[in-house]
Amino acid sequence: MATKRTSGKKIRVLPGFRLTLGFTVFYLGLIVLIPLAAVFWKATSLTWPEFWHTVTMPTAMASYRLTFGAAFLAALVNAFFGLVVAWVLVRYEFFGKKIVDALVDLPFALPTAVAGITLATLYSKIGWIGQLLEPLGIKVANTQIGVFVALTFIGLPFIVRTVQPILEDLDPELEEAASSLGANRWQVFSRVILPMLTPALLTGFALAFARALGEYGSVIFIAGNIPMKTQITPVIIMGELDMFDYGKATAIAVVMLVVSFVLLLGVNVLQWWTNRYNTNNLA
Amino acid sequence: MTPVATTFHTPHHVAHRHTTSEPPAVRRLLIGMALAFLSLFLFLPLVFVFTEAFAKGIGYYFTTLHDPMAWSAIKLTFTAAVIAVPLNCVFGVCAAWAIAKFDFRGKNILLTLIDLPFSVSPVIAGLIYVLVFGAQGWLGLYLNADNPKFPWLANWLNEENFKIIFAVPGIVLATIFVTFPFVARELIPLMQAQGRNEEEAARVLGASGWQTFWRVTLPNIKWGLLYGVILCNARAMGEFGAVAVVSGRIRGQTNTIPLHIEALYDDYNFTGAFAVASLLAFLALITLGLKTWVEHQNAVQNEIEIKP
Repeated sequence: MATKRTSGKKIRVLPGFRLTLGFTVFYLGLIVLIPLAAVFWKATSLTWPEFWHTVTMPTAMASYRLTFGAAFLAALVNAFFGLVVAWVLVRYEFFGKKIVDALVDLPFALPTAVAGITLATLYSKIGWIGQLLEPLGIKVANTQIGVFVALTFIGLPFIVRTVQPILEDLDPELEEAASSLGANRWQVFSRVILPMLTPALLTGFALAFARALGEYGSVIFIAGNIPMKTQITPVIIMGELDMFDYGKATAIAVVMLVVSFVLLLGVNVLQWWTNRYNTNNLA
Repeated sequence: MTPVATTFHTPHHVAHRHTTSEPPAVRRLLIGMALAFLSLFLFLPLVFVFTEAFAKGIGYYFTTLHDPMAWSAIKLTFTAAVIAVPLNCVFGVCAAWAIAKFDFRGKNILLTLIDLPFSVSPVIAGLIYVLVFGAQGWLGLYLNADNPKFPWLANWLNEENFKIIFAVPGIVLATIFVTFPFVARELIPLMQAQGRNEEEAARVLGASGWQTFWRVTLPNIKWGLLYGVILCNARAMGEFGAVAVVSGRIRGQTNTIPLHIEALYDDYNFTGAFAVASLLAFLALITLGLKTWVEHQNAVQNEIEIKP
């Protein structure tokens, strides 16, 4: 059957290439690319000074500092605890491990609005945790710490889920070799295991950081959205939209989009690095 | 030779235990740290949702859920999910088929573009549709232009009062956008790993394209597909930021469940907000349960395939 169609070109035994690729590109263009292009189209309706004035206005600058700072800190905390959680889940046995493993994905599955009101109430003056922190003079709700708490919750699964599979596939012989050559357990971890986990850790960090930058639902309730203090960048965009100032909203959206695209590119490079690293190890 | 072998054997055994695990104290410390961190950030919030939801008793709980506003929000959320999930499912299968079964140029670019919606802030996901369909957007400017290129289209849209932004179609579009990559990114690596040998065999043996898909491909990818659909659905029902931008938050008309939760919370009806939130938290737990079950089924299927 297939031989009949041989005409110098590659033979495709399987059907549907044009149909599926055509639909994929069409749907991608319709839902994602054309609407995203609208942002850049709208941004061109602003003059350069207008654009620059909007993206550097004091409330926006304060929001970038808060969003980047809190997202970075949250990703850092998650990098540490995520590694510990992944390690414990892969290497040790304990009661309830399967349930814990399943629940790690809760921040992915729990809608952000639910996470938002829960964290806001939990850390408020009358909440379970807020009550305990109040006498210590620590305020979380309506402060920048609140933003950090919400972003830590959101980013929690990323590091665990990128490190876990790599840790599972690590060859125990490498650790045995290091140890038989005289390394103690800490040396084995820091000089053998950690370098092998680094690409996965960085990927997880970048994913958690990128997600935290754009996060909206889980943050707005606990942050209180006080201008110059606890307004994250998506809240600034939302504020401009509520005033029907689409030009300003778009200008700030362009800044965020450019940052996300750069991060996406970075993650892709990291993942390529991770894959190459693993293939080299296998070979 | 024998004594040497015995003396060699014992230290090796001891060394082995040393190399592959930590002292019990370190082990306990690490488990303790992990559980403390997860308790603070995961278990406590989860328990808190349900405690708060039933704070005013089970009667109040059901009164909140019987509220017509709540019902309308539940219906709208299901409508958006029922449209968005199957569409993204068809897209995911098509994209995976094209990418995994054929070689073509620009594949990596296509893969990156499919992931794009994940890296876009939900607020921007809503904004883009406002810019396309809103009053100041592409379509809006066209409708209000003095002499549009296709007057019949402009007239028809104006007459029908066809609204996208601050209406249901906008909510559906925003939901489709934020759940766009879920099924595709589950299926693409799975189908790439499975290769095309089985499908090619089926074709050579005389199966039609559809037969090949239904009888060979689909059984191979069913767990991955289900997994993607579960995740896609959870996000579709829970999306907040993108939907908030395009919905206009008209109570009883364009409020989804998450937006209804926000409205109740802003009205200081905390128990009511948590009662509705508990529905979504319950959905999240079901999602996690199904996900674990699907992963287990998938592992079982793989084991059967490895040792036939």
